[in-house]
Amino acid sequence: MSDAVKLIEVKEDIQADNERVARELRARLAARKTFLLNVMSGPGAGKTSTILRTVEELRGRLRFGVLEADIESTVDAERVAACGIRAVQLRTGGLCHLDATMVEQGLEALGLDGLDVVIIENVGNLVCPAEFDTGAMRNVMLLSVPEGDDKPLKYPLMFSVVDALLINKVDYLALSDFDIAAVRERVRKINPRVRVFEISAKTGQGVREWAEWLHGEVETVVGSAAQAESHPGRA
Amino acid sequence: MGAAVPRLDVAARRLRKNNAETGMHELPITERILSVVLRHAEGRNVTRIVRIHLRVGELSDLADEWIQRYFSYLSRGTLAEHAVLAITRAPIVLQCLDCNASVEIRRESFGEAKCPQCAGTRMDLVSGRGYFVENMEVQ
Repeated sequence: MSDAVKLIEVKEDIQADNERVARELRARLAARKTFLLNVMSGPGAGKTSTILRTVEELRGRLRFGVLEADIESTVDAERVAACGIRAVQLRTGGLCHLDATMVEQGLEALGLDGLDVVIIENVGNLVCPAEFDTGAMRNVMLLSVPEGDDKPLKYPLMFSVVDALLINKVDYLALSDFDIAAVRERVRKINPRVRVFEISAKTGQGVREWAEWLHGEVETVVGSAAQAESHPGRA
Repeated sequence: MGAAVPRLDVAARRLRKNNAETGMHELPITERILSVVLRHAEGRNVTRIVRIHLRVGELSDLADEWIQRYFSYLSRGTLAEHAVLAITRAPIVLQCLDCNASVEIRRESFGEAKCPQCAGTRMDLVSGRGYFVENMEVQ
């Protein structure tokens, strides 16, 4: 028995477990040709409305399911389900983000049969969701005009991890001093590969261009299986 | 309207202690740190963990003070009770997509970074994220 202090080398990545679960989930989904999209933003940027517009735009081409994450309420999932979209509400009980294990549980509850794409509506938060891999094949974020054009400076991590940025509520531009060119430039500096779309989930402006990009990404990742599978009689 | 939607309480299943009111992302991170250090202490004749060296990416919005508080709370009754977390910040490193030069920058200048070699502005994030347990001092 000695009181001497000794050093134990640990050298472990704290997120390694989540990243492993996320990688395995991504591989399983790719094998069964289901595309998983993670949608992030601050509260009130228009995630739910944008998801509904996107599903509507691609109706008949891709079949969607939605995982709605919220700290407590179920209003978003009810709104999505009322539009005839299969949805599950994930209540995180105070946690501000989703991780891959939570998404796995959600996908099990949702059921993947007959779905080409599952959209995760992450918890409304520009900080924490950026740190956790959900297992999604693509990550996108929304920034709405009323939030201001300085957000890439304040939340650089979020802007640096996404594949696409949707600048939403462009119908408000006339009422605002939001500088789209400045946002594009700020985002390009921290994430040169990001695709930027200007949309209005309210009027539908720009939604087609974004939806076509998403459709292309789905085809790239999981192939164009959707068409064949949409005729179950032939299976 | 009023469509029935399946509900799933995803966090409640996993948190050993229900701390829903205060739960932020420090909490799951802290839980992982605790389980990692306890695993490394196993079978090594450790009577207590004194100090834990953590390396945290400069871009991670995790507050040092809160991670220590959560850790102190979660570690009660374990070998790691009263352990001090020594947190160092790993710098943000960017690499130029044009000439491959690397540059270390401050968080405040993340969006304003320029390649020191070719003045290019297309920079990719190489490091500056994540949480690593480096080592720990034990008795």
